[in-house]
Amino acid sequence: MAVKDYLRERFFPHMWCPGCGHGTILNALVHAVEELELNKNEIVMVSGIGCSARISGYVDFHSLHTLHGRALAFATGVKLSRPNLKVLVPMGDGDALAIGGNHFIHAARRNIDITAIVMNNRIYGMTGGQFSPLSGPGVKATTAPYTTIDNNFDVVELAKAAGASFVARSTAYHVKESTELLKKAILHKGFSVVEILSQCPTHYGRKNKEGDAVGMLELQKTNTAKLGSKALEDNPGLIPRGIFVEKECPEYCEEYDKIIAQAMKGRNS
Amino acid sequence: MAKKKLLEIMINRDWCKGCGICVQFCPTKVLELDGREKVVAVRPEDCICCKMCELRCPDLAIEVLTQEGDKDE
Amino acid sequence: MNKKVRFLQGNEACVEGAIYAGVDFFAGYPITPSTEIAERLSEYLPQRGGKFIQMEDEIASMCAIIGASLTGKKVMTATSGPGFSLKQEAIGYACMAEIPCVIANVQRGGPSTGNPTHVSQGDINQARWGTHGDHSIIALTASNHQDVFKMTVDAFNMAETYRTPVILLFDEVIGHMREKLVIPEEGELEIVDRLRTSVPKDVDYHPYLPREDGRLPMSDFGGEHRYNVTGLFHDMWGFPSNNPKIVNELLRHLVDKIDNNVQAITRYKEHCLEGAEYILVSYGSSARSAIHLAQNRRNKGEKIGVLELQSLWPFPTELVREKCARAKAVLVVEMNMGQVLTQVKAAVDNPDRVFLANRIDGKLITPSDIKRLLRVIQGRGV
Ligand SMILES: Cc1ncc(C[n+]2csc(CCOP(=O)(O)OP(=O)(O)O)c2C)c(N)n1
Ligand code: SF4
Ligand code: SF4
Ligand code: SF4
Repeated sequence: MAVKDYLRERFFPHMWCPGCGHGTILNALVHAVEELELNKNEIVMVSGIGCSARISGYVDFHSLHTLHGRALAFATGVKLSRPNLKVLVPMGDGDALAIGGNHFIHAARRNIDITAIVMNNRIYGMTGGQFSPLSGPGVKATTAPYTTIDNNFDVVELAKAAGASFVARSTAYHVKESTELLKKAILHKGFSVVEILSQCPTHYGRKNKEGDAVGMLELQKTNTAKLGSKALEDNPGLIPRGIFVEKECPEYCEEYDKIIAQAMKGRNS
Repeated sequence: MAKKKLLEIMINRDWCKGCGICVQFCPTKVLELDGREKVVAVRPEDCICCKMCELRCPDLAIEVLTQEGDKDE
Repeated sequence: MNKKVRFLQGNEACVEGAIYAGVDFFAGYPITPSTEIAERLSEYLPQRGGKFIQMEDEIASMCAIIGASLTGKKVMTATSGPGFSLKQEAIGYACMAEIPCVIANVQRGGPSTGNPTHVSQGDINQARWGTHGDHSIIALTASNHQDVFKMTVDAFNMAETYRTPVILLFDEVIGHMREKLVIPEEGELEIVDRLRTSVPKDVDYHPYLPREDGRLPMSDFGGEHRYNVTGLFHDMWGFPSNNPKIVNELLRHLVDKIDNNVQAITRYKEHCLEGAEYILVSYGSSARSAIHLAQNRRNKGEKIGVLELQSLWPFPTELVREKCARAKAVLVVEMNMGQVLTQVKAAVDNPDRVFLANRIDGKLITPSDIKRLLRVIQGRGV
């Protein structure tokens, strides 16, 4: 199938601003799904609320556009009740880690087989540019006219500590790498997290002197380096990209199946 | 590895929002924005079929068609 | 045939009803006085191949059951006071997206953490208006375990029939009291199953296009029809829309599908109501005291009866007006500051003759509490 076969073309051009990184992440995701030749009927995309969350309307999968922050909770219900489905959960940074932070760490702790994609533009895009828990200190936002003093989460470290069994990071600029990481995450059995640095030229770029989409992508190139690369060794201040965790751990739905087997045995004996 | 041969750079002008990402990052400067802020392939003969424009476009507005059998070897 | 007879808590009677109705999936978070529902289902569901999950909070629990319902399962959650507050946003989502689900709220004293281990009926209006925005809702209640069972079955049936969340408003006394339950035979009570679309593969399926009878057939996530579900106003495919016509029609549909069926949804019982001059309107555990008093007084020749409401929302206005038409006075017996009282006053022709017999201190209202007020109304002194 062609990439277009995974899109709901009647809703294009999409609602995102020119140069919005979320579009590139959609692009990477449909390429990943296409390359994996997944059956559309077996994919459920669950999203929350935000610019990022609108992604679920554009893909021709089963799509569930839920509440701000709650996508992983809805997704847990979908996955546990029908474990044969592939459940993809793209989220904005506020969606995933502010209002949805609790669901994020608990989904990771359960190691339920869901792929969480954090579309991290370090800002609240949909509501007009307020800072997020991933903005970090020193950022200008509509609710931080004097710059932020809040520290940021490191999505990778948080996901690792919470128990995710696959954790990776890339950027909208490194779109081939993103696609490969998404493919691995989707195939991984267990809770997988892929953080993709995205750009919101409308509310972040201009305010923070990062320029337009092109300028912001340049920064994604220069501010990051591949895990294990010479560049990273020489500049430990760069944001590392790549796979940080990839391990086999008991998966929640499979473990629950064992509970069912045990409960049924107890009942029949 | 046989070199990919370009058939066509298809640009969906209804979807293109003129962000300039594909223009800036095309390694051989094949693409340009026209007067209406839409992308056109001005030097298709220079295209090396890397498809980065297609993959990076946030609006899924470009498709680089290459000769069959090009699927990564 | 000898029926299964059990001696159990009201919360367990609710679980038995849910199982009879075919519950497949439960997500919850522990809270007194509802926890036994989660505990029993964590044991029973996997025995039947169903799924139980203890989520990180009540918000997550409510969201998880909605997700599971979309894969074609019959789902429920159970909670009390603070947890019911947390679920409200997602209950609104289920209203908007028309997802069948059942929420049991075993009421305790509020507001806030309130009076956790004591009885209250303070969430009646929250059940109706807890989530933001216009909508309609179904809420059922019961005063004994046989009815807890029956109303739980009805709740699952109505959730499927109307594609809506249904709230079970029990209370601490009902939840924790032990009494007899006779579990009906299979087939004795009607069970409404998920209405699935007959639209074949490759033909356009509209998840939000009602049939002539008003029901909206569903298609399970994972099936042949891929569609969108959203909490935004949406068109018949489930895609977001702010077209004024679509917004207007959807909101009216959400309200009408329930309010226009108030008769079909109404559940009630009459106790000594024939020729009653004084009518006690009550529900849940407070109805037990009302019934006790009425039967007692009837035996002494007084014309007192009880109209026991088992469906609180949509409020059975017509029923209350009709039943109370010839009463000298109506006494609403409840354990709150008059939440059903307001509805009864609005329903009857003579609201000045409607009085409140309530108790709000965490203790079950007693027959003598009611009797005291009744004597005043009857002009027989204090
Ligand atoms: C409960 C609730 N609180 C607040 C909002 C308002 N709101 C909508 S989207 C959003 C934040 C969006 O930012 P993010 O999740 O980072 O996604 P982005 O728009 O940047 O993609 C907020 C605060 C809401 N819809 N629901
Ligand atoms: S506001 Fe920002 S995040 Fe939202 S669509 Fe525009 S660029 Fe993207
Ligand atoms: S990247 Fe896409 S949207 Fe942007 S200018 Fe190029 S074709 Fe147009
Ligand atoms: S395929 Fe590569 S070389 Fe050709 S136009 Fe696109 S970016 Fe430029």
